[in-house]
Amino acid sequence: MDKKIRVLVAKPGLDGHDRGAKVIASALADAGMEVIYTGLHQTPEKIVRTAVEEDVDVIGLSVLSGAHMSIFPKVLELLKKEGKTDILLTGGGIIPAEDMEELNKLGVGKLFGPGSKTQEIAEYISNWHNKNRE
Amino acid sequence: MKYSDLAIDFKSGKRSALARMITLVDNEERDGFEFLKDNYHKRKESFRLGITGPPGVGKSSLMNHLIERYAQIYAKVGVIAIDPSSPFTGGALLGDRLRMNKMYDHENVFVRSLASRGSLGGLSTSTENVAQVMESFGMDIILIETVGVGQSELDVMEITDAVVVVLVPESGDSIQAMKAGLMEIGDVFVVNKSDRDGSDRAVEFIKTSLSFKKAASEKTIPVVKTNALNDENIDSLVSILEETKSYLASSGKMKEKRESRKEKEVKEILRDLFIKSIDKHIKNMENTDASPYEKAKEILKKTGLNVTEELWTKR
Ligand SMILES: Nc1nc2c(ncn2[C@@H]2O[C@H](COP(=O)(O)OP(=O)(O)OP(=O)(O)O)[C@@H](O)[C@H]2O)c(=O)[nH]1
Ligand SMILES: [Mg+2]
Repeated sequence: MDKKIRVLVAKPGLDGHDRGAKVIASALADAGMEVIYTGLHQTPEKIVRTAVEEDVDVIGLSVLSGAHMSIFPKVLELLKKEGKTDILLTGGGIIPAEDMEELNKLGVGKLFGPGSKTQEIAEYISNWHNKNRE
Repeated sequence: MKYSDLAIDFKSGKRSALARMITLVDNEERDGFEFLKDNYHKRKESFRLGITGPPGVGKSSLMNHLIERYAQIYAKVGVIAIDPSSPFTGGALLGDRLRMNKMYDHENVFVRSLASRGSLGGLSTSTENVAQVMESFGMDIILIETVGVGQSELDVMEITDAVVVVLVPESGDSIQAMKAGLMEIGDVFVVNKSDRDGSDRAVEFIKTSLSFKKAASEKTIPVVKTNALNDENIDSLVSILEETKSYLASSGKMKEKRESRKEKEVKEILRDLFIKSIDKHIKNMENTDASPYEKAKEILKKTGLNVTEELWTKR
């Protein structure tokens, strides 16, 4: 059986709606992935706990609140603590280019801005999977 | 990670090792089967409770509360939640966890979402095996939420000790149409969304239709009204479930169910092995004038399996 790519899509933070995250989650499912969708108000602890239990390959976070510089590093740190450094942490939101660069340096994968096509994100994830998993 | 290291981590109770072992089994990998074979006798025989019902009736929302209650009663609670895979893309949106977030960080609770991966019975093909992995981990109870089912997806009955069928007040009108399916498999019925109109009527209606089917000697099947939004009447559902569990155990019904479950598994293993062992002969079959029966006989001879003349004549 071919291995399915398992992705956790979560929306950390306290701000309002999760439309964007939902759209991404369905797009990734349409691209053939198994997407665990957990909705709003996810803390980094909750995200990592879910990622471990669901044994996902990828975590995608939608961060609109401006808290990206605290959330992404925190999730990375918790993943490290769990020995789960082989999980790809990616995501998107309103993130300035220099912040993206800094997060990439820390070990976060590619980050996608507001206008990104869902197809582009799906392709990025499956390319990563091909390279890092078989 | 090497399998032997994984097995050690699993034994020491590491959550991530349980998660990985489930993946191996779900993906039908060799190491997964190896694990199942090695651990069959070391499993705890967990109480397996299935939760089924039409899409959107509140199965996950109810699970959320049940998980909380069971985490107080039992030391280890396993949860398997299945959502459908798309037959077109093979992908799946696994959304049950969205509603099951009350107990996400509880030490005693482990939740895993599975995609049905082409299985049509409301489960995934791997569900039995995933449940066995959880039993090897020492779960006291395993809750299994099926895909939101219509009528004929009733596999959950075969891999669990008890089944809760969840309906909503509006289901009352369609129960007559349902009688060939869902109504047969419940050990307990729930009318959820009791905040909506008609819940009492629905309860009565379900009770009546169940009473027609029941043999006089059998226990009356409980019907419970709940509101999963406001955590209403969940405690009485839990105590009814505990009673049901005791009844199934003391009446010998649970043992019966487990025996037939085992029998079915043996059949499935044999069927699978048999198909695999004749496959290469079928592929290598020469294109002769022999009839299908003659060809089948020839292949059987090669497998060494002894089929009596009597079986042949019955075929
Ligand atoms: N009014 C009301 N709404 C409820 C109740 N329980 C659940 N809901 C809502 O019903 C919707 C579906 O709930 P879920 O728990 O996801 O239902 P489900 O049966 O697990 O759905 P599937 O897994 O998709 O088949 C959600 O919007 C819930 O908030 C209830 O008791 N009353
Ligand atoms: Mg559900």
